[in-house]
Amino acid sequence: MAENPQSQQARSRPLSPHLTIYRWPVTMMTSITHRATGIALSLGAVILAWWLVSISNGPEGYDSFHAVMDTPLGLLVLFAITWSLAYHFFSGVRHLAWDLGYGFDKKVAERNSVLVFALSFASALAVFGLVYGGHAGYLR
Amino acid sequence: MKTAQTPLHKVQGLGASHTGTGHFWRERVTAIALMPLSLWFLYVMLGMAGTNEVTALQFLAHPWNAILMGAFVSFSLYHAGLGLQVVVDDYVHAPASRIFLLLAIRAALLACWLVSLFAIIRIAAL
Repeated sequence: MAENPQSQQARSRPLSPHLTIYRWPVTMMTSITHRATGIALSLGAVILAWWLVSISNGPEGYDSFHAVMDTPLGLLVLFAITWSLAYHFFSGVRHLAWDLGYGFDKKVAERNSVLVFALSFASALAVFGLVYGGHAGYLR
Repeated sequence: MKTAQTPLHKVQGLGASHTGTGHFWRERVTAIALMPLSLWFLYVMLGMAGTNEVTALQFLAHPWNAILMGAFVSFSLYHAGLGLQVVVDDYVHAPASRIFLLLAIRAALLACWLVSLFAIIRIAAL
């Protein structure tokens, strides 16, 4: 009879290390973050749909969108989506480079991981800097 | 070499997933299409920040802008469907839950797409 994997004897055997044991290399962080930002952007698409509907509903509709998104929590969500888009963009370029066979060297992969994080934060901060610096709204 | 593959299976070249490289290709093609579209979207969002609905209405009433917004929404949601499918494939192993989740995600994305396109067309017709 096969041994029950939940038995005391089975549990006392050494286990293969898992996520909580390994030191997290930066390349692992970029992989997980690419997936997480992809999920976040899917939710962002729902907010985009809501925004489009609110525009089509006239002034009252647009105000109802702003009443929710023009709050500290709403702005935090918008910043998270902005950063997610920037991250997924730069990380996506990296994925396409991998598909062509570039960037697999360990040192290069680690450097590019840090670069993707740095570029994404810089871009998101730049976008919000432009808005609060009065350089946005040029389509008015 | 002896192989368990039937000649039909071999000539179809679809492998264990039964879909070959279709998913991989569609993910890449939509990703490349989304690169210029995302930059355009960022330009639009920055241009509208701090403005009222009149700016948004006038901008989206222009045919090219409506078409580009429709393209951005469509490619985004299609790409999201491909990406979320990979997440489900990786983490959900029970066939019933997996199929249910995949269908639920597709339904939600399809609903999001229809609502977005309807709103874009409605704005253009206002």
